[in-house]
Amino acid sequence: MRVESVFDRLEPLLPRVSKPVQYVGGELNATAKAWDDVAVRWCLMYPDAYEVGLPNQGVQILYEILNEQPDVLAERTYAVWPDLEELMREHDIPQFTVDSHRPVGAFDVLGLSFATELGYTNLLSALDLAGISLHAVDRTDDDPIVLAGGHAAFNPEPIADFLDAAVLGDGEEAVLEITEAIRRWKAEGQPGGRDELLLRLAESGGVYVPKFYDVSYRPDGAIDEVVPNRDRVPYRVFKRTTMELDDWPYPKKPLVPLAESVHERMSVEIFRGCTRGCRFCQAGMITRPVRERSIEGIGEMVQRGLAATGFDEVGLLSLSSADHSEIAEITKGLADRYEGTNTGLSLPSTRVDAFNIDLANELSRNGRRSGLTFAPEGGSERIRRVINKMVSEEDLIRTVSAAFANGWRQVKLYFMCGLPTETDEDVLQIAEMAKEVIRAGREVSGRKDIRCTISIGGFVPKPHTPFQWAGQTDPDTIDDRLRKLRQAINADRSLGRNIGMRYHDGKPSLVEGLLSRGDRRLGRVIERVWREGGRFDGWNEHFSFERWMSCATAELEQLGVDVDWYTTRERGEHEVLPWDHLDSGLDKEWLWADWQDALDAREQDDCRWTPCFDCGVCPTMGTDIEVGPTGRKLLPISPVGQGSPVRNPAFNGG
Amino acid sequence: MQKLRLRYAKRGRLRFTSHRDVARAFERALRRAGVPMAYSQGFSPHPKVSWAGAVPTGVSSVAEYAEVQLVERLDPEVLRDELNAALPDGIDVLDAADAEPGALADRLQVSRWRIDLPGTDVAELRDAVTALMAADTALVERMTKDGRRTIDARAALVSAEVQGGPRIVAQGDQISASTAQVDDWPEASEPYGILVTVVRQTTPVVRPDDVLSALRVVADLAPSAAASATRLEQGRLDDGGRIVDPLARASGGDRIPAGGPAAG
Ligand code: SF4
Repeated sequence: MRVESVFDRLEPLLPRVSKPVQYVGGELNATAKAWDDVAVRWCLMYPDAYEVGLPNQGVQILYEILNEQPDVLAERTYAVWPDLEELMREHDIPQFTVDSHRPVGAFDVLGLSFATELGYTNLLSALDLAGISLHAVDRTDDDPIVLAGGHAAFNPEPIADFLDAAVLGDGEEAVLEITEAIRRWKAEGQPGGRDELLLRLAESGGVYVPKFYDVSYRPDGAIDEVVPNRDRVPYRVFKRTTMELDDWPYPKKPLVPLAESVHERMSVEIFRGCTRGCRFCQAGMITRPVRERSIEGIGEMVQRGLAATGFDEVGLLSLSSADHSEIAEITKGLADRYEGTNTGLSLPSTRVDAFNIDLANELSRNGRRSGLTFAPEGGSERIRRVINKMVSEEDLIRTVSAAFANGWRQVKLYFMCGLPTETDEDVLQIAEMAKEVIRAGREVSGRKDIRCTISIGGFVPKPHTPFQWAGQTDPDTIDDRLRKLRQAINADRSLGRNIGMRYHDGKPSLVEGLLSRGDRRLGRVIERVWREGGRFDGWNEHFSFERWMSCATAELEQLGVDVDWYTTRERGEHEVLPWDHLDSGLDKEWLWADWQDALDAREQDDCRWTPCFDCGVCPTMGTDIEVGPTGRKLLPISPVGQGSPVRNPAFNGG
Repeated sequence: MQKLRLRYAKRGRLRFTSHRDVARAFERALRRAGVPMAYSQGFSPHPKVSWAGAVPTGVSSVAEYAEVQLVERLDPEVLRDELNAALPDGIDVLDAADAEPGALADRLQVSRWRIDLPGTDVAELRDAVTALMAADTALVERMTKDGRRTIDARAALVSAEVQGGPRIVAQGDQISASTAQVDDWPEASEPYGILVTVVRQTTPVVRPDDVLSALRVVADLAPSAAASATRLEQGRLDDGGRIVDPLARASGGDRIPAGGPAAG
């Protein structure tokens, strides 16, 4: 098959769409390889708009690892905006990659990274535009293998009909193994066609092929059992864990978009996993155990990344960045080295209790002093015990007071509403906390212009967490609590004026909840929503709650279940959950015990600092926590100088 | 402290970048190339780069200008080469020179545009342009930041010349052939008109699409959607009606643009 660029046909349409630059490719550090020179071809997709998808670390890491293989090529595609989708349909232009504008249908694999369930309808748009059958069972040997990864792939059941396969957990090694299987199968002349390839992937372990599993249901709507329908296929599929992050210093050359994107910075993942045990946090549960990158590895990645990108901010990424065992040495070392180069440092997620003012001062030394952000998540002490986010109000006030005394003027606080066992009173405590922050700030700074912004999201119970059994709070209750909270804030004019409140109504969370804990019966709902125009559900201007509800009612009624059954219903201990055959390593009995502890507002310690609390992950997965201190040094330690974080010998003696 | 002026191109696929995209790409390239930039003071320091009026998103140019300030003295040609190595293909620094006294904007009074009109018959285009140049005014409407505005496109036009055949690059001007080859022009199998026009930089700026609107208003000419424009030159008009290179030394007369063979 000759595979040609569609750019000549696309280009005349671009002046007619919004932000055409997102479709032209040509990003710095992008790779373009000749089609015929390679054995295996991957198309990687982040199923959202370019500006959101491009910065995604998962996609960038896999893109680079695959392109480093001499006989493999990887290109990227993103969801196209509805304005271009319409023109593409009119002019018969298929879903294309931004690298070489090749049609997505021509690749061997279409690998999608799902960070959230709200990308599911965009998956269908992309398949349809690419000319790939929506349903995996209808695909031929000529179609790409449609493969999902990312956090939302830990329960891919709602999109099982549309996927050929899913990979749980870290992708670094998995993509190389899958590539090897495809390479061999193609070299052998594709024996047994598509099904044989999928069987080989499934039996190798770590690749879930939904169509090789049959699901049966009980009269009450619950799942009876999930069993493989081929004897070469395992009963359980295990997640993948990449150990020794220092061996995987990716992305080495981060992509630099021409278009504006949501994160304009060079990100370095300083550790993976989290053991704090926040019960609402799926990411924390499914990425165990903690694996730290060494200070030396981080130093090298920052240096190389800045030289390759020219970004003026370095983000030290992880689920809770200040928890790195050598975070003080890392931030001080980087601040010293890049002094005078206007290179900012940021820790996108910090916890109040891991935060101190020295750290904050190091972070803002060479760059902007932006606002401080903390996530107490729950308003009352009791609810914070329920969710195991142990931050005391005194800790918070002490920390923000120090910050205000050091010249900060703004704090942002993140909370959730709709948590298990939550009452109005728990949510109203948020107002008290915010007021206390303002009072403390005014007192230590002697100024009036102290601001506190509270940002509140609706809680969504997620698979593979202790809250997987919880009933989700209905949107009306959430909206009602947020209204009362607003009133409580406004009740004190003098303090309330300085408190900003940002929130979503409860409706998108309910749809997210429906898809998060859904099973295969939701495939038809997703398809119907998409056929009725559903796109970009993560975007307010495109999301339609009414469309989701009417499609869900129409499709689920005949099956004897409904939206409440999936969302607001509390599940019993022995119910078979749709993802029970997908193993994250977490022991289901441990999760249940933790759920019971939650209901009793009993806390759980952090396994990084205290003895292992037997969550099950390490023994099941054969992994171990990897934490410092390593005692190694940030290299090189010498300061860079003025103007740019990169030294260019061509300018010497100029 | 050194102040350098740059002429750069924005072309090919990268003509779809907005001015903000170009500015970001430039700042990053300066850092990547290790240029000892001067930074503004204050809460969020920015590299000292100033921009002269930019072409719209989707329009190509080989004559855009910027001014950068450095904390060390550099050879302009070395800076040009190092910066080019760091910039994405499609944004290219064509020329760099020490800044002469006076504001850069004062040296950018007119633009020479090339407007390609595939599907438009040359004779028809010539008639329309003759009618436009003969008109006293040509009022066109455009959406600006302040809402719908009516502007007189004719008033800003200094000259307009029609050329036939798509492979002809702007002849007789001071741009070298290598820089004027902006894109792959379509084959000449169908009617294809090219309009080369000099437009005065007024406020609001009259842009190539305003010139096309003026042709529609005056002569009912309806170009196809595939019309495309390229800025070939910017500068000051001298007494002889020629465009003066904004990077030229005040005393030194004409200079040959660096980065390509001489014109002619
Ligand atoms: S098994 Fe133990 S050490 Fe490993 S993540 Fe779980 S609690 Fe932590």
